[in-house]
Amino acid sequence: MEYSITLHVNGEERIVTVRPADTLLYTLRKLGLTGAKPGCLNGDCGACTVNVDGWPMKSCLMLGVEAIGKKVTTIEGLKNSPIQQAFVENFAFQCGYCTPGFIMNCQALIEQHPDADDQTIREWLESNICRCTSYIEIEKAVKSVLQRKE
Amino acid sequence: MLPFDFDYFKPDTLEEAVELFQYLDHNGKQPMFFSGGTELITLGRIDLAYTEAVIDIKEIADCRVMSLNGGQLLLGSTLTLTEIEETNLFPLLTKTASEIADHTARVKITLGGNICARIFYREAVLPFLLADSQVVIVGPEGKKAVPIHEIFHEQLLLNRGELLVQTITESRFIRAPFFAIKRRQQWETGYPLITVAALKIDEKVRVAVSGLCPFPFRSKEVEIALNSGQSIEARVEAALRVLPRPILDDVEGSADYRLFVFRNILTDALYKLEKERI
Repeated sequence: MEYSITLHVNGEERIVTVRPADTLLYTLRKLGLTGAKPGCLNGDCGACTVNVDGWPMKSCLMLGVEAIGKKVTTIEGLKNSPIQQAFVENFAFQCGYCTPGFIMNCQALIEQHPDADDQTIREWLESNICRCTSYIEIEKAVKSVLQRKE
Repeated sequence: MLPFDFDYFKPDTLEEAVELFQYLDHNGKQPMFFSGGTELITLGRIDLAYTEAVIDIKEIADCRVMSLNGGQLLLGSTLTLTEIEETNLFPLLTKTASEIADHTARVKITLGGNICARIFYREAVLPFLLADSQVVIVGPEGKKAVPIHEIFHEQLLLNRGELLVQTITESRFIRAPFFAIKRRQQWETGYPLITVAALKIDEKVRVAVSGLCPFPFRSKEVEIALNSGQSIEARVEAALRVLPRPILDDVEGSADYRLFVFRNILTDALYKLEKERI
């Protein structure tokens, strides 16, 4: 059983046909937004992280229908933001599969806690896994953007 | 994506949610109340959970309450763990909740969802056990406030069609000195080995535990031993002798290792809370 819903994604109203049992991750990919990556599909790896109303959300842990009325931002919605630039400047990725999820988590951190201390940064970043182990560079990238805001 | 279909309902009121559950249940839909929904989504994906009707209660106003007045803290069951942490109205709960899953997952996991979870850790209940809180339940028989000790025995004993609406906690407990720690097998991520929450009130130490047995608990016998007036080490040994059973013995940690870790945590908790007396 499928029906049409309207989602607010990256500043646009998008109509998509879903089953209520479809996750937001699957729903977004149906819209052609493939930046959020399927990884563990179990809420562990963070590769599918998007932002919902300004907070990081593992899109494999949310149903598409739950996003009705919320503002969803995916990596495609950032468009060369400071945190994306910082990832490039700090070599904060290798294979790149986890990168969209990390960037969306970092973007939410910068918005919610522009004065984040080391403990807060680490607590937030623990939600994502990078098997190429770029953790130090990722931490440097997010700190470089936080410092620019100060 | 879940491998089975269900209907999705989002009622505006508790009455609507309860009536909907009864109707769907009567029609064989195996309805499920859905708050953060992480357990249905993760367990459903591997065929360990199933429903034909989801009743999403997360926007019902009674379940969204967060207020501290009249000497009571009211927390709605569909508040997310992140909302609870960011507001920090109950520091012991903040500390305990901040160790559950990871930060992003806690944006989705709710207080009621964790307390009512099938996965046995249910760490969010520990502060409420320590604070003799009440829980507000609604169901076909109406709404009622029940002391948590009457309804939480290893798990929240809800009747079919009932749901957890709120917790009520006296403010004197939320200001009391506390200790909370979670130990994992390795580092800062992964499933918990043991979580201990402790609180000192009226010069007595209270302790609640998750991950030692296959259910969270607060034990009267353990607390009698811990408040017996001997040396800290002797009290801890006495407490270990009266623990509920069985002690978990699994891939996260053997029973002996869990007891070793628990002994050290209890000792640390007592030293910290004894200091509060000075």
